[in-house]
Amino acid sequence: MNSRLITTTEAVDPVFMFLFGACLLLLVGITAAMLFFIVRFHRSRAPRPTSTADNNLWLEIVWTALPTILVLAMFYYGWYGYLALRRVPPDALPVTATARMWSWSFSYPNGATSPKLFVPVGKPVRVELVSLDVIHGFFLPAFRVKRDVVPGMKNHVWFVAPKAGSFDLFCSQYCGTAHSSMISTVEALPEAEFAAWLKQGSSTTATRPDGRKLAQEKGCLGCHSLDGTPGVGPAFKGLYQSQVEVMRAGKPLTVTADEAYLKESIRQPEALIVKGFQPIMPADPDLTDEQLEALVEFIKGLK
Amino acid sequence: MSHIQQPQTSFWNDTGKTGITSWIFSTDHKRIGLLYFYSTFGFFLVGVLLGLLLRIELMAPGRTIMGPQTYNALFTVHGVVMIFLFIIPGFQGSFGNLVMPIQIGARDVSFPRLNLFSWWIYMIGAVVILTSLFTGGGPPDTGWTFYVPFSSRTGTNVSLAVLGVFIIGFSSILTGLNFVTTIHRLRAEGMSWGRLPLFVWSLYATAWVQILATPILAITLVLVAAERLLGTGLFDPATGGDPLMYQHLFWIYSHPAVYIMILPAMGVISDIIPVFSRKPIFGYKMIAFSSIAIAAAGSLVWGHHMYTSGMSDTAILVFSFLTFIVAIPSAIKVFNWVSTLYRGSISLEAPMLFALTFILLFSIGGLSGLILGAAATDIHVHDTHFVVGHFHYVIFGGSGFAFFAAMHYWLPKFYGRRYAEKPAILAWALMFTGFNITYFTMQLLGMQGMPRRYYDYLPEFATLNLVSTVGSWILAGGLLIMLINLFRGLWWGPPFEGNPWGGATLEWSIPTPPPTENFIEEPLVTHGPYDFKGTGIP
Repeated sequence: MNSRLITTTEAVDPVFMFLFGACLLLLVGITAAMLFFIVRFHRSRAPRPTSTADNNLWLEIVWTALPTILVLAMFYYGWYGYLALRRVPPDALPVTATARMWSWSFSYPNGATSPKLFVPVGKPVRVELVSLDVIHGFFLPAFRVKRDVVPGMKNHVWFVAPKAGSFDLFCSQYCGTAHSSMISTVEALPEAEFAAWLKQGSSTTATRPDGRKLAQEKGCLGCHSLDGTPGVGPAFKGLYQSQVEVMRAGKPLTVTADEAYLKESIRQPEALIVKGFQPIMPADPDLTDEQLEALVEFIKGLK
Repeated sequence: MSHIQQPQTSFWNDTGKTGITSWIFSTDHKRIGLLYFYSTFGFFLVGVLLGLLLRIELMAPGRTIMGPQTYNALFTVHGVVMIFLFIIPGFQGSFGNLVMPIQIGARDVSFPRLNLFSWWIYMIGAVVILTSLFTGGGPPDTGWTFYVPFSSRTGTNVSLAVLGVFIIGFSSILTGLNFVTTIHRLRAEGMSWGRLPLFVWSLYATAWVQILATPILAITLVLVAAERLLGTGLFDPATGGDPLMYQHLFWIYSHPAVYIMILPAMGVISDIIPVFSRKPIFGYKMIAFSSIAIAAAGSLVWGHHMYTSGMSDTAILVFSFLTFIVAIPSAIKVFNWVSTLYRGSISLEAPMLFALTFILLFSIGGLSGLILGAAATDIHVHDTHFVVGHFHYVIFGGSGFAFFAAMHYWLPKFYGRRYAEKPAILAWALMFTGFNITYFTMQLLGMQGMPRRYYDYLPEFATLNLVSTVGSWILAGGLLIMLINLFRGLWWGPPFEGNPWGGATLEWSIPTPPPTENFIEEPLVTHGPYDFKGTGIP
């Protein structure tokens, strides 16, 4: 680990402490004053008001000036901490996070991809955020990092994992039915282990793709079930060669789910919409023809 | 329902007619006020029911009583109902209408028929929103924020729901116009701006926000509908649009809208605390001025909803700074309310208990708002349960409890009958306890990183979610006792006559319930709203 690399957590937590401390002090002060006045000047003790004072210029000046100074200090520390979240260390490892309804996929410069975000311990990581459909949110509570993943926009975050372990990764921007299951993890590995994983990850993608693994990684299974239970999209099980009622260009139509149908539905999801489902499936422009074949073979095998 | 007979004809039985038409076509501000009260409060109860269902679903991880799509629709409808059908129209429509004209010494508002029309528009909008739940693709599932591109793609009934909100917007604009005109033109002789009750000042500031900000929401919602129906592509990047433009437009209205919700509540508190302390409000001018300052500065802070959106860092710098500036007038109000108690003679009756609770809960909500206003800390808690907790502290703990305070303080005046004191205090105690259990745990959950709008969650969040759900039952229990006690009292309770609280504002100088014309002869105002010497109470 770099000797003086401030992690995002170390940058944000002191700001939390300062703000909580100041807020608690104010809250305790206000509450204590209120309770004391209520008890001391309760009608049973104070049958009549003993003052008719209705303003005091000096008090007003004091309690306008003091909060002003306090909130400006809060603003300054809040901004200062935020800058640390934006200043990406120059040697950061670039990773691309691709969000779609409702899964994450992470790709590395050497071509390796993974549904989990593997990172080396102690080395800063810069995550480019890409959305294929609606707005998602990339949220790592353990590292105090969050950024929306907006379609058509180039957003990024950076963080560094100070120790090995598994950390939650949530989608923080509401994105539809399975928003709350759009969860992954950051897997922080010691640098040597990470290097080995990265090498292996890139070599497996070079061999013949595995349809089941692809369906998992590309997020298909978020909506299309393997056991026939209805999901957000039609179930994969028993789909091949079944009769499907679809809408094509607004006209109802019954077709057989053959190989051509499956391929068209993956490449151009919006062309044919199965009756009873929403036109929400995104196409994946990165899907190679080889991967498409593997996916279709996999779906054909689910009887 | 029967009423205490008054020597003067009260507004309850002036027309000689009874039945529904004497209400829904009445142009009397008091009748319209009660129409608004029952319709908005009715929707509040619907929203409460939805909220309780949401909490039951979140009681344990995984499926408890409903599926994810139902949950998403329910939190959307909970938000839309509570915000657009209850708290935005609630204060202005109910207590603004009931009390404001009397407090300024007027017979009615400037445009009584427009006032009735506003209620009708509100009801039509409400019916359209309700229709959207049961027709087409089913209830909207976008959250009350309708963020694009999700809202332009989902197959649920978003277009009809935004049409309903669009229609209700006109009700809000017209009420705002009506109130500004009324407060400018119809003040009685001697009712100078320096003698306006602070509730009226707060309504005045609110009315300007309604007039200026609501049209922006209307335009934004029309654009969302055009996006869905015509594919205009203004917000969808796939067609060259910008999703962040929508967020800016939405929050330019929707942030000032929270001041529409909270300002009248602050006005209610400023009226109640001096009465039950028998002491003039401390810092009248500062409180009145801070209402205007909040309304003005609050219109420039919308971007603090968008720190994580990808908006430029410069914008975040500016919006964070302005957000902290808005905190100052709110702090001034709190200090002045607390100082009003000093050396008073404090009576802890139900309206006062709710009012004091407002100060505490609003302070907690406001202070947690500082955590959200600071750029560094907002990034961690943005879009988590911390925000849900914060918002409910401000709007439910603040506006909601102030609404309850107003119900206990003013409704007996209009019914001539009152509730029982002990059950009211029991109800308050339960609601106060339940409220803090429900929403403080949400703030803790947010600190731990639980995102909001989550149907399901990881096991590490289970305990606090269970605690929060149990809290919601205590809160609901208190609410139920309050409702039974209050309405039983108003309809069948002992008589409420004269000026039992000892208020010095004009509504306490006229018969109870008020006669149709409010004042027998036009009043001449000779003292301020918190000058208690003339109230006949030692």
